[in-house]
Amino acid sequence: MQIVMVTAILLYMLAAASFCAYLFFQRNFLQKIGHMLLIAGFICQTVMLGAEFIRTGHVPANNLHETLSVVAWALVGSFLALNIKFRLKILGAYTAPLAAFILLAAIQFPREPLQPDNLLKGVWLTVHIIAIFIGDAAFALAAGVGVLYLLQERNIKGKKRGFFFKRLPSLDLLDTTGHACIVSGFTMLTIGLIAGMVYAKILWGHFWSWDPKEVWSAVTWIFYAVLLHERLAVGWRGRRAAIMALAGFAVLLFTFFGVNFLLKGHHGQFTQW
Amino acid sequence: MDKILLIGLNHKTAPVEIRECFAFSDTDARSALSALDADSAISEAILLSTCNRVELLLCCHDTEAATTAAKCFLAQSKQVRLSDFESALYIHRGEAAVRHMFRVASSLDSMVVGEPQILGQVKTAYRLATEQKSSGVILNRLLHRTFFVAKRIRTETGIGDHAVSISYAAIELARKIFGTLDNRQVLLVGAGEMAELAVEHLIRNRADRIVVANRTFERGLGLATRYNGTAIRMEELPNYLGLVDIIISSTGSPEYVLQHGDIKGAMRNRRNRPLFFIDIAVPRDIDPRINQINNAYVYDIDDLNAVIDENVEDRRREAIKAERIVDEAVIQFRQWFESLAAIPTIKALHAKIRAVAQAEMQKTISHLGHLTEDDRKAIERMTEAMANKILHEPTRYLKSEGCRGNRSQSLDLARRLFNLDDENQKKSDGG
Repeated sequence: MQIVMVTAILLYMLAAASFCAYLFFQRNFLQKIGHMLLIAGFICQTVMLGAEFIRTGHVPANNLHETLSVVAWALVGSFLALNIKFRLKILGAYTAPLAAFILLAAIQFPREPLQPDNLLKGVWLTVHIIAIFIGDAAFALAAGVGVLYLLQERNIKGKKRGFFFKRLPSLDLLDTTGHACIVSGFTMLTIGLIAGMVYAKILWGHFWSWDPKEVWSAVTWIFYAVLLHERLAVGWRGRRAAIMALAGFAVLLFTFFGVNFLLKGHHGQFTQW
Repeated sequence: MDKILLIGLNHKTAPVEIRECFAFSDTDARSALSALDADSAISEAILLSTCNRVELLLCCHDTEAATTAAKCFLAQSKQVRLSDFESALYIHRGEAAVRHMFRVASSLDSMVVGEPQILGQVKTAYRLATEQKSSGVILNRLLHRTFFVAKRIRTETGIGDHAVSISYAAIELARKIFGTLDNRQVLLVGAGEMAELAVEHLIRNRADRIVVANRTFERGLGLATRYNGTAIRMEELPNYLGLVDIIISSTGSPEYVLQHGDIKGAMRNRRNRPLFFIDIAVPRDIDPRINQINNAYVYDIDDLNAVIDENVEDRRREAIKAERIVDEAVIQFRQWFESLAAIPTIKALHAKIRAVAQAEMQKTISHLGHLTEDDRKAIERMTEAMANKILHEPTRYLKSEGCRGNRSQSLDLARRLFNLDDENQKKSDGG
């Protein structure tokens, strides 16, 4: 398994290199190579995670090593899915290095779970974990697109046509893509939270227990719900939407990692090492 | 290569008062070509006349005589005294003429470097020359190389990239904001000439509806009908701010036509959909503070000019790459030209025929094992003699005075008849 993991890291790093080269030299074949490498890395990870799932019967997210690995997998998967509809090639220069970095971080932590946890079984739980991870990955992409939007907007407003002006796509495409990311992220987050609540009901007998993780998940959910509502109601788009996507991602990161490290809750084993 | 001569003047050497004297229409050019062709000093001629240049590309036996003839021709055909324009003339010979031709067609010598029209103009000039049969082997070859070089420069360098006119720059920016211009509505405030030019480009880029607001309604209506648009009165302007995406303003109004406050309110109505202002009026029509409003972008004439300057700078950088391609092509052309000299052609012809004869003889002998050494010697002698006999007449002809008048054509024909230029070179000529 270790060898597959290392292969995946290498593939992501090579993909990151070709996407960065694409950013500088604007040669289409570089982006195509990067895309292929990313797909290859994603297949490696899928095989690895799938094998683990079959072996243990639950989603491998029992310690920080496994969790980060699933994060990288979900991120790359979401990017590849996004690219089917929105040809935002340049976003690869954000996704590939990020995925490589997350996987590199993952292997710094021990692989073996501290103790096999029988809690982590069942359909609801699987849905909960997968949906939440994919949703979070979509939000991460939305944040990345948001950064690109702000860069390009600054170029156009400031009438400076620097490095990024010709390399980045139109504001309209960036805005639409960011919105699509948030809509899909929000959908997955909603599904994931519902699945989690159902699982809690089965396990502990109640849907909601005011655990810090639950509270912060709700905060995140409400944040993105407001963001989507305001776009429909008063047209929060463009610069404001991009900034909010970044702010939302900060809240999300706190919910994902911060709560585990700073507050205590029942998702503790998730980020153990 | 001394036979090739280029004589002319352009926007760098001659002011417009002189250039306008030398404008040749198609009919003028035809009669000019026949006149040049009739001159005994000149064997081939092409005349290129655009608003920025007039150039005679000639092939001659005697450069001095041809130069004088060309100068006199220019003076006579347009009734201008030679002393009035002689100082503006440049004369290139041989390699310099070839390089100049390549640079002109690739738009490296143009007023706006990289402008695409010049290649078409060179093609037209060449077409006229072929129709008048005033161009021959050398100039045909040179012009084909010229088109090949120009095309290569256009695809391999960014010399034609990026807008260098106001309306192109505006469209480039609009694309960076809206992606495509499909279904984007355009509002013209003021129906000036500049605005019309911009609209034409926008329509060509598939912008949707045009709305025209003008102080005099009638004039606005005229413009609107021409582009299938709607004309409105100035007072209706605020109602349309919510509907359109691109606003091009070019009125003569001394104060701002659209104020910060107007747009602030309008953005709410349009749910913050982006709004792009192109202000080509001086004094300005659009309050520059509007640029600070979210999703509103204001470019005035100076901003657009700055964009253009930057693009011109980019093109200049690309032009360096283009010069390298020109250098390469000049060298290739010189090699071809030198191969036209009689000796190399005769040598190549001999080598080719001998090689064929040798190869065929070896093939035959290898099947005839029963032959004695003497028989083989006899066959070899016969093959040798046949090759020499076959080569005798063509060699004499190519060397002789007989084809003096049209030697390069005969040499070229010989090279093509016997396929003496290798295949690779052929291919690169194909473009």
